[in-house]
Amino acid sequence: MEFSLTDPFLWETVIQGLLFGGVLALLSLGLNLIFGVIDVVWICYAELIMLGMYTIFFLYTHYGLPLPVSFAGGILMVAALGALLHQLVIRPILHTEPINQLLVTGGVLFFLQGLATMMFSVEFRNIGISFGSVEAGDMFFPVSRIIAFVVSLVAVACLWLFLKKTYLGTAIRAISQDRDVMPLMGVSPRKIYLVTSALGGGLAGLGACLLVMLYDIHPAIGLTFGPIVFMVCVLGGLGNMFGGFIAAFIFAEFIALGGFYAEVEWGYVLAFVFFIVMMFIRPQGLLGTRN
Amino acid sequence: MDSSTSRNATILKSVCLAGVLAFPLIGFSDYVLHIAISILLWGFVYTGWSVMGRFGLVSLGHGAFLGVGAYGTTMLWNHLGLTPWIGIPISVVAAGILGLLIGLPCFRFRITGHYFALVTLALTEVARLLIVALRDQTGGSLGVTPVGMVSPEEPISIYALQFASKYVWFYIMVAVWLVGLLIWRAVDRSMLRYAMEAISQEEDAAASVGVQVTRTKLTVTVISAAMTAFGGAMYGQYQQYINPETVSGIAISLQIVFAVIAGGMFVQLGPTVGAVITILLGEGLRLGFGHEFHGLDVTIYGLMLILFIIYMPRGVLGKAVEAFSAPRARPAAPSAQPGE
Repeated sequence: MEFSLTDPFLWETVIQGLLFGGVLALLSLGLNLIFGVIDVVWICYAELIMLGMYTIFFLYTHYGLPLPVSFAGGILMVAALGALLHQLVIRPILHTEPINQLLVTGGVLFFLQGLATMMFSVEFRNIGISFGSVEAGDMFFPVSRIIAFVVSLVAVACLWLFLKKTYLGTAIRAISQDRDVMPLMGVSPRKIYLVTSALGGGLAGLGACLLVMLYDIHPAIGLTFGPIVFMVCVLGGLGNMFGGFIAAFIFAEFIALGGFYAEVEWGYVLAFVFFIVMMFIRPQGLLGTRN
Repeated sequence: MDSSTSRNATILKSVCLAGVLAFPLIGFSDYVLHIAISILLWGFVYTGWSVMGRFGLVSLGHGAFLGVGAYGTTMLWNHLGLTPWIGIPISVVAAGILGLLIGLPCFRFRITGHYFALVTLALTEVARLLIVALRDQTGGSLGVTPVGMVSPEEPISIYALQFASKYVWFYIMVAVWLVGLLIWRAVDRSMLRYAMEAISQEEDAAASVGVQVTRTKLTVTVISAAMTAFGGAMYGQYQQYINPETVSGIAISLQIVFAVIAGGMFVQLGPTVGAVITILLGEGLRLGFGHEFHGLDVTIYGLMLILFIIYMPRGVLGKAVEAFSAPRARPAAPSAQPGE
């Protein structure tokens, strides 16, 4: 394919990538928060999103609830799951080797995926709403992607404000900076961890709201975008939300442009290779400070 | 350990091995043989993973090595007509080089723990996506079958390393599995083990007493990668069908890790026990419930892993060995702690 900066398809791809980047940024947000505060990687993060998508799907199509109510239901559901995950699975081994915490959530990944397969079968489901698309010049953009992009930015801003401006947010940030001293200052890590897990779950639920508008739901969907979300977080510097934000857009452009010039798998291959190379150049992440 | 217990141990081992070797003579169906072959094959792969995993180098990317072994061998055979006798060594060496390429920067830059796990996770996804993307050569997600050389008239092709009989495969896999155990033991008894244990406890301290940290880590990584690739190649030859999902990607990579955890990664037969548990569980549930409860095996499997990691992090066999040898003063346990 000819390379030309005046090619409207190229610009359409670039902007599509930007929109996708917003979604990725939101998806990585919850994971980053959890890692930054509790120092645990939820390998099953994408599976929580998958369950959120199913919740929204059933609330909307089977119980006939209005879409915003279904979305709220999905967010609450995943927030509760996040808290439950922390309470039942992470807390008992919080003080063992860190890698155990990562691996145990891998067990949760299989558990949730199997559970979803049993309950919902492997068929692909779609919420069946089309928002249409807008035309700009010769370029077309699906409205659902634009909504997802805007919601992502708003959510990032809200989270930032929450962490900076509220007492609870300050406590969360304090715990993530020094988990030994804060208990002495009267902050209960136990409570903060639980709240953070619910918050991280809620963000995964918000991600589910956006994804449900964009993609079909099936039990293995977590495996398709789970790895990319981890890569985004690590590239940004695990726990560094701003870094993750930038990394999300870099990844999204790799995927979009790779898909434009070749096939979409090549976009992912390029993105992952870029990730591996970057890990060697900047092991602490784009903006991260490790140790 | 005095000589009589060591003689007893030798006798016990011989009896067990004789039992394994005589297993097919009982006249089981092809299905039972297939299960036994799968256990031996995956037991070998899991043993390969544990060669590095037991020292805290937790790789979530062994699917990449499995894929290089399986696809390398099959592609060389299908496209270049190169016999697996040459193709397998080439693929195994390629996987070793890949292990070196990913390991060298990782270890030099001190990428450990979560970061190492996630970098290797990216590696296995690259492998899976490359296989899918190169669909003109690899068949993409539909998978590929090595060009068949055997037929009812000619059930054995040594040149193509294809055998129609499961009996032949059984004995091949027993040999492969035994070699895996021997490699595990060789590492266990070598200086590598002591060096790795020192490293996994305190990298700087180990380096200060002269342990070559990077080189030691690379050695176990390359051994592990090569073993896994060999297992992948044998899997392709035996199954006569491979696809990107079964030999690479995040799912199979996690499956390798978890089977080893279930069995126990700090004892020689632990990974094999892990293979027995996971394969029998999967098959048992499939036979018991059929396809009515599609997904039940994965659910129980996941639940077991959660319980194992919380309550029995040394695995079934590890726990058994621990309980059995409890009265004696245990030697310093092989380090369970990963790098940091």
